[in-house]
Amino acid sequence: MHGLINRSIQNYICASFGAHIWEDVVRHAGLAFNSFEAMLTYEDSLTHAVLDALADITRRSRGDLLEDFGTFIVADPKFEAVRRLLRFGGVSFEDFLHSLDDLPDRARLAVPDLHLPQIELRAVGDGRYSLICKSDVAGFAHLMMGVLRAMADDYGALALLEPTGAVQGVETLSISLIEPDYAEGRAFELGARAG
Amino acid sequence: MTGPGDASVLDVLCPMHIVISETGHITHAGPTARKLTGDRPMVGARFLEVFAVNRPRAVASMEDLKRSGGAKLHLEMRAAPHTALKAVLVPLPDGDGKMIVNLSFGISIVDGVRDYALSNADFAATDLAIEMLYLIEAKTAAMDESRRLNLRLQGAKVAAEQKADTDMLTGLANRRALNTVLTRLVAGQVPFAVMQIDLDYFKAVNDTLGHAAGDHVLQTVARIMAEETRKKDTVARVGGDEFTIVLADVRGDDILRRVGRRIINRLEEPISFKGQLCRISASIGTVWIQSGISPAMHELMDDADVALYASKHAGRARQTIYDPSLRDLAGKVSARDAPGQHPA
Repeated sequence: MHGLINRSIQNYICASFGAHIWEDVVRHAGLAFNSFEAMLTYEDSLTHAVLDALADITRRSRGDLLEDFGTFIVADPKFEAVRRLLRFGGVSFEDFLHSLDDLPDRARLAVPDLHLPQIELRAVGDGRYSLICKSDVAGFAHLMMGVLRAMADDYGALALLEPTGAVQGVETLSISLIEPDYAEGRAFELGARAG
Repeated sequence: MTGPGDASVLDVLCPMHIVISETGHITHAGPTARKLTGDRPMVGARFLEVFAVNRPRAVASMEDLKRSGGAKLHLEMRAAPHTALKAVLVPLPDGDGKMIVNLSFGISIVDGVRDYALSNADFAATDLAIEMLYLIEAKTAAMDESRRLNLRLQGAKVAAEQKADTDMLTGLANRRALNTVLTRLVAGQVPFAVMQIDLDYFKAVNDTLGHAAGDHVLQTVARIMAEETRKKDTVARVGGDEFTIVLADVRGDDILRRVGRRIINRLEEPISFKGQLCRISASIGTVWIQSGISPAMHELMDDADVALYASKHAGRARQTIYDPSLRDLAGKVSARDAPGQHPA
């Protein structure tokens, strides 16, 4: 798994639970180092070990934690770059949803060795969609739920999100767009740059 | 191509287009093009008063401009912030001399969106400008992250190199660092000298007063050697109680005699450790390499050992400067001693 993902998880743990919990996770997961480098690549097993350790230590479910993490990387001011890069995907939340299929390719355009799980948006009816997530990381649909919830807030849209199933590495997230212009979204100026 | 319906088609396809009349006046501007002049209306103004044509150089009048149809134009806004634009002009076939100019920010896209506060909606849906901005921002973020990694690795590398070249107890150079210095000097043309120094009676300090006392003595010895040499010289600890000093740029052996004498005198001053006095001395074997001679490294170190051996043999607490005649003495002595044994 790419260091950007591992490092983001580390930052999430430090910011949400404290540096001492991160140290516990390092020990519990048996990492041979105490910090991930964002621009290096690590064995997938390390990411799984970190997530399992965090679930054990905090006594929270992996899905719950991944959803929380998904919201964190979009909404936390320190990750402004992530929010901005996602906002490039569309002018409205619905437009953004339709750009999700391209997300792995967009990520690779920026960092060639950053491989994100394949996701596919399927329209199932008026304002209703299914997001099909194919990933080795169990609970990835929960992570996307956290990301989409934060992005809906960002656009000022009201959407209902619910994981609806997981079969053999394929997880599904159902999305109902209730109100595209529910609230004033956060500003997105093309010319501003995340610091 | 004159009705308002046509303009609305172009407004969607090319929101940065401008329609110019035969007289050179702007008769219509796409929604994004209009933003370029801010509060001042663009429609009605003369095209060449709003934009300067920088390339091709020959374009100075409307007549020149008409002839440039189809070619890439480099424009610049005459008003601040003097935005650079790329453009292409097409005369309308039956448009009464009308022309359409389509504009693009080209490479100044980042400044453009900032200066004119543009949003996604200001670009045609097929325009790659947004992807370009995404790419610039994503690549910059990735590059910043890489730069931070590089700085951390560079810092770690410098620290590791320092550690690898340093004797941990005394802070002096170690054998590895000494070899680096000697390799450089041996290959050069500058005279230099190598002092091989063995502490005398150090073992007695260690045996009677303990290792803590021994360590304290070694640290004191290191400090004295550093004080008695110049910054450009190298003082290395190469064994338990063995030191090597490399003196750069030595013009005469009288300097070597003085430095060696001073070091021995100072080392013979009793060193106090927890109320106990530690007494040591030192034997020195020195090789002076005059300019123009490039000795092999192993010969150089061997000569220094021979000179050191001579000092030990002559009763310790002294310096011997290498001379080939010392080899005869060393040969006789080593025939008596166990072969290969280092002089004690």
